[in-house]
Amino acid sequence: MDAASPKIETEKRPTRAPPRRSYWRRNENWMLGTLSMLAFLAIWETAVRAGAVNPLFSSSPSRIVAAAIEMFADGSIYEHLWVSAEEFFSGFALAIVIGVPLGLLMGWYSRVNAILEPFVSALYATPRIALLPLVMIWFGIGLASKVAIVFLGAVFPILVNTITGVRTIDADFIKVARSYGATDRQMFLTVVLPSSVPMLLTGLRLGLGHALVGIVVGEMYGATRGLGYLIWVAGARFQTDRVMVGIILIAGLGVALTELLRAIERRFERWRPTRRD
Amino acid sequence: MDAARSPKLDVRAVALEHYNERTQQALLVLDRIDLQVAEGELVSIVGPSGCGKTTFLNAVDGLVRVTGGEIRVDGRVVDRPGPDRAFVFQHDSLFPWRTVMQNVSYGLELQGRTARSEMRERVRAMVELVGLRGFEDHYPHELSGGMRQRVNIARALVVNPELLLLDEPFAALDAQTREFMQFELMKILARAKSTALFITHQISEAIFLSNRIVVFSARPARIKDIVAVDLPAARTLDMKHQPEFVALEQRIWRLIEEEAVRTGMVTAA
Repeated sequence: MDAASPKIETEKRPTRAPPRRSYWRRNENWMLGTLSMLAFLAIWETAVRAGAVNPLFSSSPSRIVAAAIEMFADGSIYEHLWVSAEEFFSGFALAIVIGVPLGLLMGWYSRVNAILEPFVSALYATPRIALLPLVMIWFGIGLASKVAIVFLGAVFPILVNTITGVRTIDADFIKVARSYGATDRQMFLTVVLPSSVPMLLTGLRLGLGHALVGIVVGEMYGATRGLGYLIWVAGARFQTDRVMVGIILIAGLGVALTELLRAIERRFERWRPTRRD
Repeated sequence: MDAARSPKLDVRAVALEHYNERTQQALLVLDRIDLQVAEGELVSIVGPSGCGKTTFLNAVDGLVRVTGGEIRVDGRVVDRPGPDRAFVFQHDSLFPWRTVMQNVSYGLELQGRTARSEMRERVRAMVELVGLRGFEDHYPHELSGGMRQRVNIARALVVNPELLLLDEPFAALDAQTREFMQFELMKILARAKSTALFITHQISEAIFLSNRIVVFSARPARIKDIVAVDLPAARTLDMKHQPEFVALEQRIWRLIEEEAVRTGMVTAA
């Protein structure tokens, strides 16, 4: 065989194990993060106990934990969780079902884009909270209006990122597909969709954050249950500990779902060379 | 070598005018190109930069339409890409989300005429032909530049094209890899019995690989000359230092230089 044969490149060389870094070095990042968090909680607790801060305004870690235990023990928290989860997942799912296909169409067909672009730009630039009164008039004060608010928050980041994903497809890939005689459908399935997956997932992650905002905003008026409602009502009564419980639950939901999306992203981006974390 | 009675590729009086909407000017890119390529022949196209070589190859593939004359492959007029032609792109342009196997099978998948089991077999054989056995499940980013170009060539060859079109496939490779790949390509094309049209900027590469070399003029591209390469069919890399080879190289270089001087790209010595 000649020298260009790939065999040379596959030949196994004896590898020497890199020197092991110390336990501290390997775990530095998360340990530092945990430590700073613990320090913050300790200072907070101490400041309240020492009387430096009024617990009415700031609550304290121990009070928040106590409130959480109470709310879970008497079961009052579950209906709030359930209602908010229902709003969130319905609205977010709707945003994906509508945002992704529409984004693919708007990214690929310039005519579709020309028709819809003005609406998308105008709505994207409008603070979604300004639409709240209209949404209440149209959908009432029940579940539907909350789902609509979550949907309105999540759909635009998903839509806009999907459009960008399609627009930034490498022109060479399109040329390859055309050269091999791809039909419109094949072009879509073998080039457009896979190329836009990374941007699409970024859109989902951004949309997720907006959807969570939607829960709190949607439950601001005319709600009787839900985590957002819990926060608003407890806030009005100066029950800061209960406000904090609501905030932490929403934050937890956000972190968990973001991590889930990250895992999906990693699964899809196996072929990316410069992927870290 | 004379083109056979019914050439594989028959290009007659092909012209291509490109209209620029912004400047509202028509630009003649190809000017009455006549070229016949016989079955099994490998013809290279050389010419000054930007003369329209790639446009010509795109036209033969059917990616762009000619505005005059006609191109026939096996007697059929070319008006769009078809399974009888396959293109090897300058940048390897492999799909990064597909493995070597999946990239090579792309053309067959689109055609959808081959059974899955037969497809696997053909793809596997082709991957082996280009010397990538053991790399079937690797992603493009895990391969070297030379290996990626092998995949690129395999992707084109596996559809059994009547005519293979290669647009400077080795331009992005380092000098050493390029030499090896020229040798490899020659062997691969001989084994696959392909008819091919090959664009390059490197004259020695053109001589080494081809039966004939077409020299394009500066834009608008006309055929300035067609040079037959009278070297033995079985070529080796050290032929590049033989007097016949060097003489041919100088002859073609002078033709291109004339064009460059004529259009003011370089000043006459």
